[in-house]
Amino acid sequence: MHPVLTLVVQRIALGLLLLLAVSAVIFLGVAALPGDTAQAILGQSATPQALANLRIEMGLDQPALTRYFNWLGGILTGDLGTSLSNRTDIAAAISQRLGNTLFLAGWAAVISVPLAILLGLVAARYNGRWPDKLISGVTLSTISLPEFVVGYIVLYFLAVKWQLFPSVAMVFPGMGMMERLNAVILPVIVLVLVVLAHMMRMTRAAILNVMQSAYIETAELKGLSPMQVIWRHAFPNAIAPVVNVVMLNLAYLVVGVVVVEVVFVYPGMGQYLVDHVAKRDLPVVQAVGLIFAAVYIGLNIMADVISILANPRLRHPK
Amino acid sequence: MSDALLQIRNLRIEATSYPPGEPPRDVVLVDDVSVSVEKGRVLGLIGESGAGKSTIGLSSMAYGRGGVRLTGGTILLNGRDIRLADARALRALRGREVTYVAQSAAAAFNPAIRLMDQVIEACLAHGVMPRAEAEARAVMLFGKLGLPDPENFGKRYPHQVSGGQLQRAMTAMALCPKPDLVVFDEPTTALDVTTQIEVLAAIKDAIRETGVAALYITHDLAVVAQVADDILVLRHGKRIEHGTTEQIITAPGEPYTQALVSVRSIDHVEKADAPAVLQIQNVTARYRGTHFDVLKNITMDLPAGQTLAVVGESGSGKSTLARVITGLLPPSQGRIRFAGRELAPALAARTRDDLREVQMIYQMADTAMNPRQTVGTIIGRPLEFYFGLRGEAKRKRIQELLDQIEMSKGFIDRYPAELSGGQKQRVCIARALAAKPKLIICDEVTSALDPLVADGILKLLLALQAAEGVAYLFITHDLATVRAIADRIAVMYRGEVRRYGQKTDVLTPPFDDYTDLLLSSVPEMKMGWLEGVLDSRRMEAAGN
Amino acid sequence: MRIPISALIGMFFTAAFFLAAIFAPLIAPFGMAEIVGGVWDPASGTHWFGTDAIGRDLLSRMIYGGQTTIFVASAATMLSFTLGSVLGFSAAVAGGWVDQGLSRMVDLVMAIPALILALVILSVLPVTLTVLILVMGLLDATRVFRLARAVAVDITVMDYVEAARLRGEGWAWIIFREILPNALSPLVAELGLRFIFAVLFISTLSFLGLGVQPPLADWGGIVKENSSGLVYGIPAALIPAFAIAVLAISVNMVADWVLSRTTSLKGGRG
Repeated sequence: MHPVLTLVVQRIALGLLLLLAVSAVIFLGVAALPGDTAQAILGQSATPQALANLRIEMGLDQPALTRYFNWLGGILTGDLGTSLSNRTDIAAAISQRLGNTLFLAGWAAVISVPLAILLGLVAARYNGRWPDKLISGVTLSTISLPEFVVGYIVLYFLAVKWQLFPSVAMVFPGMGMMERLNAVILPVIVLVLVVLAHMMRMTRAAILNVMQSAYIETAELKGLSPMQVIWRHAFPNAIAPVVNVVMLNLAYLVVGVVVVEVVFVYPGMGQYLVDHVAKRDLPVVQAVGLIFAAVYIGLNIMADVISILANPRLRHPK
Repeated sequence: MSDALLQIRNLRIEATSYPPGEPPRDVVLVDDVSVSVEKGRVLGLIGESGAGKSTIGLSSMAYGRGGVRLTGGTILLNGRDIRLADARALRALRGREVTYVAQSAAAAFNPAIRLMDQVIEACLAHGVMPRAEAEARAVMLFGKLGLPDPENFGKRYPHQVSGGQLQRAMTAMALCPKPDLVVFDEPTTALDVTTQIEVLAAIKDAIRETGVAALYITHDLAVVAQVADDILVLRHGKRIEHGTTEQIITAPGEPYTQALVSVRSIDHVEKADAPAVLQIQNVTARYRGTHFDVLKNITMDLPAGQTLAVVGESGSGKSTLARVITGLLPPSQGRIRFAGRELAPALAARTRDDLREVQMIYQMADTAMNPRQTVGTIIGRPLEFYFGLRGEAKRKRIQELLDQIEMSKGFIDRYPAELSGGQKQRVCIARALAAKPKLIICDEVTSALDPLVADGILKLLLALQAAEGVAYLFITHDLATVRAIADRIAVMYRGEVRRYGQKTDVLTPPFDDYTDLLLSSVPEMKMGWLEGVLDSRRMEAAGN
Repeated sequence: MRIPISALIGMFFTAAFFLAAIFAPLIAPFGMAEIVGGVWDPASGTHWFGTDAIGRDLLSRMIYGGQTTIFVASAATMLSFTLGSVLGFSAAVAGGWVDQGLSRMVDLVMAIPALILALVILSVLPVTLTVLILVMGLLDATRVFRLARAVAVDITVMDYVEAARLRGEGWAWIIFREILPNALSPLVAELGLRFIFAVLFISTLSFLGLGVQPPLADWGGIVKENSSGLVYGIPAALIPAFAIAVLAISVNMVADWVLSRTTSLKGGRG
């Protein structure tokens, strides 16, 4: 097997192992916390009998390890368990919402990634001059704002004051593509703003780092034009760091989407999660939490794999 | 002078420095320097760090590295002034009329592109010749420069070939577009001495055969004497002396040039044999997690109050030997006897006297001193730690030590960042002396210093040895240093001792093959040395 | 020593916010949960910021809210900082299995987005200030650990640390005299960033209804309480949002300055 392939396989295996460990933390770690789930659900006034019944129903009388493996086995076969608060099948409740969330996050990614790379390039190209300072200043302030603040500012001005877009992101099955897009436009703008700042700053740093390499000077001293230098010499070496930056920042989307969905009352996974944390519906929280963690880990694995593939030292070993 | 290819007149180069916490200010890097290179001639630019030699070299392409500005004078290349030329005109001449060979070819090659594509890139970009012709020329140059398998060499990526080969490939890259002038910027400085001689010879041949003119920049006068027709000596951005190579080497006019020529000519007569203070017996060592021995069955003695020089190139295991003696790397076999007792293999098991009596001085004085401690704290800590000195007694002793390293007591409250390179190394010496050691391990202590500063440090070390009777284990790759300071020599190669004995014995033939190669590769400050060595090597090879 | 204007502005606002938080009862014109007016009264001489969704004085609520937000964030930062840097330094100096064990544990926690993990934990534990501080502090300690370990590892490979070891110095000298003085500047800058993160984090949790519980006020919670007014064009929710932003940017500007001084401090007398 080619050594690069070995590395990639190793990295993916390591990621899966990490995911397994994360599932253990989410399930067993929570089980080890001092809180009493049954008590939390029924409240302080619950009778001992009611508590005992609920514990049996939730399987809390079994050892935690047994429950963990049952849970894990269920997840691997597509059974995410049953919600405590409304007795519905979690997998069924999620499927619709997962699609909605991916739709929202997907559009945010499609817009923010090229924009961030472009702005990062511009800032790096005019390093230290006014375009750089302007972009860096604006992004510094966006970084200092929590997602929901950006959300409300955008909502207040774009939807309420100027009435450009709808303030509530209503989507429902059977909605046309354009209607759907129009509905999510504000949340997408907010997510783009949130992700863009981090992604652009890190892209700028990655490109500047490559541009300071000695081989860029060599290329300049060959009399190549700035475009040739960037395209032939900087670009191949910047792929890995920039892809890394993009992937790491898409992970911000995972957190951002939770908050933004709440702000715009968008029927996605994030809102579902937050609702059920308040209801102390542990099975839902664990299942959704694991899905978010899996996406996050998946993005990180992808970043690493692309870095490995883009490294000439690994692709062409001695 | 009608033949002048490059004529730099009254060049002034400035840069803006940004001292932290202060307003930026302009500094002059090069002041009123004139340089002239005629067709087919090689001019050597020589000077210590900060002399502005690289800056001048790059100015021949009107290139200022990192915000450096060419603020005055004229740079005539092929008769036209390029100092204020526009970007388009500069692109047309860079890589076409003038090309550049950098010190670190490993960093100067793009890791993501095959060597051939990089070597012929300038040819294609400037339309000098079509691709097929350029590739043929590159293969021809690879062959001339002594690269293995020239036909296929270009198919490799930079990380797949050695440092010496990359440096030759860079020379091929510079020669490929048939330039008028090549700027060589310390092309052999980063190489081991046995590799350096080969690359130097390859560069010299290539220059001669292509008839190209060259600016050869280096800090090593002995190296430049082998390739240059004329030499310009620079210091602090100013011209010191200019003349033919012969004149500079044999009859330097300026005191500074005279000092450069006579550097490392310390006259040191080896001391008579004496009882050993350090005995290394059959030591074998390897790093944890690796599968080969970095040191293989090493045995050597160091007489009390004398100097044992351990010489070798990178990978010879000489620095590992220091780690074994200090206890940082316990040997897998063998033992170390010191001052009549056996040293515990591991650092943790050694007594406080063991630690005190073996001191260490490092190559990089910068990282050997805590930047947050004053000179007084740095030298005072061993006094406090080993001898319990406090207050006035400690201060008095620190002053004595400062006297010994020829620094005034005003330095006691300074921080390392406020000292020059040579001063830093002196403070490190004082810190070692403060412990009243019987043995000081000196790990490449002069390698990072400019020749004249290094000379001062060596003289100081010799004087301290005479006064204090301390023994030195002197680790170095530089044979000139060895000649200047050693009583005994051990030549190491790939973890083994190849040759060991009193200095005169080790340096007197007959040699083993490696020692012969090593000794004969050290550039000597005379013209024609390179040809002499290569001729005698060829004759030997033919005789065998 | 010249302090750049941005750092001075940052310091001024940071100090103002902290002072307002400490002396909240003295400054606030009305009580925290006191109903003194109508629903969303506009700004007036009595109520500078107007009143909130149930008629409480918004300025007073903002001041008390700042007290809660800054207190929780400071406590969480102190916890994360102490724990993270002590463990990070120990891992770097001890090396071996101590380092391996701690580092892998931190990797594991950091493989889950902090907000998600916090939500999972808060769905089981009762939401009290103590629990919030502990959860935030522990989660954030992983980030401090990574930085402290990285900084310390960079320093332990320096020759001067080796020289101290060869001299026979003990752990205490090596950590406190050789490593700590050189690690201080990046850690202090990080302190500011961690504090901002804690402010954003507690605000987000409160906004989601899973942080500080009513009637206790905090900025995230005030945004939530007044968010429904936005649709009617009542910008009350933007005032706490603005306060969060100003505090975060101010601390950021101070931290930036401290970080830029790191290089200049190397060896200088400062």
